[in-house]
Amino acid sequence: MRILIVEDDPLLLDGLAIGLGLKGFTVDAVANCEDGRIAVRMHSYDCIVLDVMLPDGSGLDLLKELRAAKNCTPVLLLTARDQVPERIAGLDAGGDDYVGKPFDLDELAARLRALARRGAGRATAYLEWRGVVLDPAALRATKDGVSLKLTRREFAVLRALMERPTAIVSKAALEEALYGWQEEIESNAVEVHVHHLRAKLGQDFIKTVRGLGYRLAEEGA
Amino acid sequence: MNSIRGRLLAILIGTTLFVWIAAITWIYTSTQAEVERVLDARLTEAARMVNSLLADHRIPIRDDATSSKPAIRAATKVYERQLSCQIWSLDGTLVARSESAPGLPLTKAMEGFSEDIVDGETWRVFTIENPELGVRVMVGDTLRMRDRLVGDVVKGMVHSAAVAIPFLVGLIWLSVSHGLIPLSDLACALSRRSANELSPLPSAGIPKEIAPAVQAINELFGRVEAARERERSFTAFAAHELKTPLAGLKTQAQVALSSTDAAVHANALQQIVAGVDRTSRLVNQLLDMAALEASDVQPCSSDESLNHLVNSVVADLLSLASTRGIAIEVDSSKDDVRAKVEPQFFILALRNLLENALDHAKSVVRCQALDQGQWVRVVVEDDGPGILEPELERVTAKFVRGRNKSMTGSGLGLAIAKIAMARIDGKLTLHNREPTGLVAMLEIPRQAA
Repeated sequence: MRILIVEDDPLLLDGLAIGLGLKGFTVDAVANCEDGRIAVRMHSYDCIVLDVMLPDGSGLDLLKELRAAKNCTPVLLLTARDQVPERIAGLDAGGDDYVGKPFDLDELAARLRALARRGAGRATAYLEWRGVVLDPAALRATKDGVSLKLTRREFAVLRALMERPTAIVSKAALEEALYGWQEEIESNAVEVHVHHLRAKLGQDFIKTVRGLGYRLAEEGA
Repeated sequence: MNSIRGRLLAILIGTTLFVWIAAITWIYTSTQAEVERVLDARLTEAARMVNSLLADHRIPIRDDATSSKPAIRAATKVYERQLSCQIWSLDGTLVARSESAPGLPLTKAMEGFSEDIVDGETWRVFTIENPELGVRVMVGDTLRMRDRLVGDVVKGMVHSAAVAIPFLVGLIWLSVSHGLIPLSDLACALSRRSANELSPLPSAGIPKEIAPAVQAINELFGRVEAARERERSFTAFAAHELKTPLAGLKTQAQVALSSTDAAVHANALQQIVAGVDRTSRLVNQLLDMAALEASDVQPCSSDESLNHLVNSVVADLLSLASTRGIAIEVDSSKDDVRAKVEPQFFILALRNLLENALDHAKSVVRCQALDQGQWVRVVVEDDGPGILEPELERVTAKFVRGRNKSMTGSGLGLAIAKIAMARIDGKLTLHNREPTGLVAMLEIPRQAA
């Protein structure tokens, strides 16, 4: 699950990038509106964490621009200005959630998962497909009740596939879900992770659609 | 209690009494003079009348004093008890006298007005000598009678005063109370207010005597309100500015707690240390700012050596500079530059400029005091990235941080320097230097220096 953080305080930005990374998010971090604008144009994110007071303008203006451009990415506003009128202004500007500083990292992660879930139109926090259950909060996976040992990257690939089980997910999209900008993308990493996943989940759980990408096998197929 | 009403009453009643007493005294003396004049005239007239009656022989003159008494008594009946008349022959025998007149001569004077004591009674007498008839006519009245006449007039005055003065006191009381209504209304309006209510008092329809007081109170309210507003907005800002580093600290702490990776752990702890340093500097600057805003402008009395001040501030920052690997160069080759500045404010401004320069400099910060005619300047230069031109105006505002910001800045340093300089009638100017870096100048006008 790839998220964008727009926050100008270096201490907090660093903490969020690493902390949310540890919670299983793939994080892109920028420090001002302009960089945020570019990032949103380049990638599609599952969620955006947006500070309101930024050095080159208000986060609310960036948010309004996004909404005006029909971008529906869930946005969580993160700000020290957490009085009721400011919360109302933030939500009315198109924000999906509003968290005041200082906050709890676990709660922020949970809110982000909830926003992403709602954005994807799902009701439960768990992802389920053919006996495989993924818990994005705990970064745990089970197959038929038996716990699976997955690496962080394997988990991310499986989650990206299970979020839209019947859809074909391109290799590029999987790479995007796996790596932030700062990370070097290894050339055949996705193939390697899919190979390992097949070994753990069964060879026919993930299907290769030649030339397009991967998808999960249908029930009984 | 010290009361305006009491004072007014005392003054008004006192002056009223004084006026009454003065009036009574004046009337007493003038009545006395008038009574004397009128009664003297009456004596003269009566004496002349008796004399002319004698001359016309309407009153027979006999040697027998006792037998003539009734005739005169009839003629002088009008003056009974008030006037007494004696007719003496020139050789000193009593020819006639009125009933109230004593037997002894009323006076020893031969002619005109005189006063004499007869039988213990003081008489005022007018004497006419009639040599043709060989008689002397004496008409007199007693001073006791005259005094009683004057006394009656004064008594009348005192009686009317005794009745009128209580009425006057009542009227004065009512008038004073009525006249003081605007003042008591104002006192009421003020005492009804809660401590937090600082809206101006209504100034329409206020009498012009208390208008300056109302205006002064309103101005005071305005100043207090402005100070409170500054304090409120400052507190809001400060709270806001402290929340972000706190959020950063908490997040880093949670990262450190939840990660088992040694590198992540170490990084988070390092960030926490840096974050605490930064936050404590922010707190210090907030306190400086609060002190700066709260303190009154003080007269710059002492003539300070700027070189000396620069050296002392630089000395304090040397260890910070060396940990960052930045050199501070102080050019003190010039003559001693002196200026009249409040050292506390100047040091605050300079320290914040130097800290700001240290935050951004790559390798060196230069500081120098210059005496340039109209202005005394202290220049701080660094070789950092400078400030983007469009931001130059904005960065001296509170909590504004430029895009080329440091990890440790709070957005307060330049604001503090600016306010501190304004406090000592100086100013802060910023411009970028070629090829890179910022020049910050503290400028103190020569007139003030």
